[in-house]
Amino acid sequence: MRRLPLWLILSAGATFAFLYVPLMVVVAYSFNDSRLNAEWVGFTLEWYRVLFYDEEMLLAARNSLFIAGVSSTAATVLGTLAGLAIHRYRFRWLPILVITPVAMPEILLGVSLLVFFIQVLHLTLGLLSVVLAHITFSIGFVAIIVRARLAGMDESIFEAARDLGASPWQTFRLVTFPLILPAVVAGFLMSFTLSIDDFVITFFTAGVGVSTLPLQIYSMIKIAVTPEVNAVSTLLMLLTLVLVIAAARMDKGFMKGGA
Amino acid sequence: MSGTRHLNKSPPFPKGGQGGFRRPSAPPDTIKSPPSPLWPQARNFASLVFQRGENTTRRAVTSPPTLFLLAFFLVPALIVVLASFQYPGEFGGLAPITDPGDGREHGLTLENYQFFFSDFLFTEIFLRSFAVATASTLACLVLAYPVAWLIARSPRRHRDLLVLLVILPFASNFLIRVYAWMIILGPQAALAQAVNGVLGAFGFPPVSLLFSPFAVLVGMVYVHLPFMILPLYTNLEKHDPVLLDAAQDLGANAWRRFWRVTWPLSLPGVFSGSVLVFIPVLGMFAIPDILGGTRDMLIGNLIKDQFLGVRDWPFGATLSIILTLCVLTLAGLAAWAGRPRRRHA
Repeated sequence: MRRLPLWLILSAGATFAFLYVPLMVVVAYSFNDSRLNAEWVGFTLEWYRVLFYDEEMLLAARNSLFIAGVSSTAATVLGTLAGLAIHRYRFRWLPILVITPVAMPEILLGVSLLVFFIQVLHLTLGLLSVVLAHITFSIGFVAIIVRARLAGMDESIFEAARDLGASPWQTFRLVTFPLILPAVVAGFLMSFTLSIDDFVITFFTAGVGVSTLPLQIYSMIKIAVTPEVNAVSTLLMLLTLVLVIAAARMDKGFMKGGA
Repeated sequence: MSGTRHLNKSPPFPKGGQGGFRRPSAPPDTIKSPPSPLWPQARNFASLVFQRGENTTRRAVTSPPTLFLLAFFLVPALIVVLASFQYPGEFGGLAPITDPGDGREHGLTLENYQFFFSDFLFTEIFLRSFAVATASTLACLVLAYPVAWLIARSPRRHRDLLVLLVILPFASNFLIRVYAWMIILGPQAALAQAVNGVLGAFGFPPVSLLFSPFAVLVGMVYVHLPFMILPLYTNLEKHDPVLLDAAQDLGANAWRRFWRVTWPLSLPGVFSGSVLVFIPVLGMFAIPDILGGTRDMLIGNLIKDQFLGVRDWPFGATLSIILTLCVLTLAGLAAWAGRPRRRHA
């Protein structure tokens, strides 16, 4: 193997620093004993204490978890079916239907769902509309991960099961499903993360009644920046970190499919 | 009457798991299906779905996701197309196309599209968005190439870890990542103090790093960088190092080896990465909202304002349609440019 040139290591290292330093700044200032994000005064856990007494923030966190739980469960079922269908039946239009919501600018999905919910379904925007919107954009991610896993598998396993007399349902239950399970779980974790993190689509489909953590963070950044933002950001980062590492450990196809 | 006919013609009721339950094939208006306990049907549902031949299985697997996406993606998208030809409602939203019963009726119109082209302001916002997207894409490419290359050339056991290191910051909420730059570029932060210190020493007036086009660009690049690194890495990983050895044996120096071998081979990765950066940047409104000033509006901000600010939904829909057309054209061009080629020039 070729030796890596020094300039390559340095320039890549600089980019890694560019990726990580801003996040470290946020984490560091969440422990800073000052109302300003300007200079380091001293260590404190005050902002975390403030956070745990912030009713609005707690409600937003509860909404976020509820929306993520429901939408990622539904998206996992639908996305797994979509992944199976795309792999098995090689339709032309289903992949397009599944991928387009993922590939479009988010704002387009957000506004089209806004118009649809209000003008066609006459739905009051709230938890339900956000859940439906999150399912829509998550299906594609789950399908991509599941399909990548299926594509990497040896077809002869399924043929062997059929030769041994398994019905299609038995083949699915005893062979296919256990084999794709890591990808299904990774897909679930991925859509859970996406749902917890989504801002743009939630922004358009939540209406005035429902707030989520990203919406709460946005309004805090826009209106009054207090170090409480740093604290909630740090906690949210920690949660995402755990979810993403778990997903990556479950399934290696996640690395290629998920991003 | 129909009962007796039914008794004569119907097949014996299935016992146990011997396949599902089938309706007699006579016309349904004369024959009613036999009264059946629900349980055998429920118990046979799985076998109905999975043993009734390929077609039933296929339908059962394909329909749920397809129907959901038709209902919550395709239909809403078509409604936006329709909305772009409608008039705005009196209190925001859309005006009814047909008479709702109170004598008000509006029909369809091309006015929204005419309005877009009547004012150069909108074209300017589109052009500015394209400029920001181009600049972000180029900056991402420059920053991402060394990283992707480093990962692709690292020992195999390190690669997954390095890829994870790229994904992790990307996984944390993008508002948080944008907010981080608010701190770093803020007027009281060390960076701005240092820059203005240097500028002051040479007699220039102080500048604001935050709320500037520069801040927007930094935010865009920061948020979308992993979208460029990952496709580039997947591409570079596949290159055969033998090609570079051959080029070296033929006397090519490092620069020529890169420019004549690695770069052309990496073009598909460059194209897919560029699409993944360019398209989201084009529709982004939160980064200009947070890091940009009030003057430099992008398409995303304009669309957001039409829907949530001035509540002119039809014009917002028109802007969305124009943006979609731009995106589709670009994606098509990129697919065409990055298509696998048999012959190399």
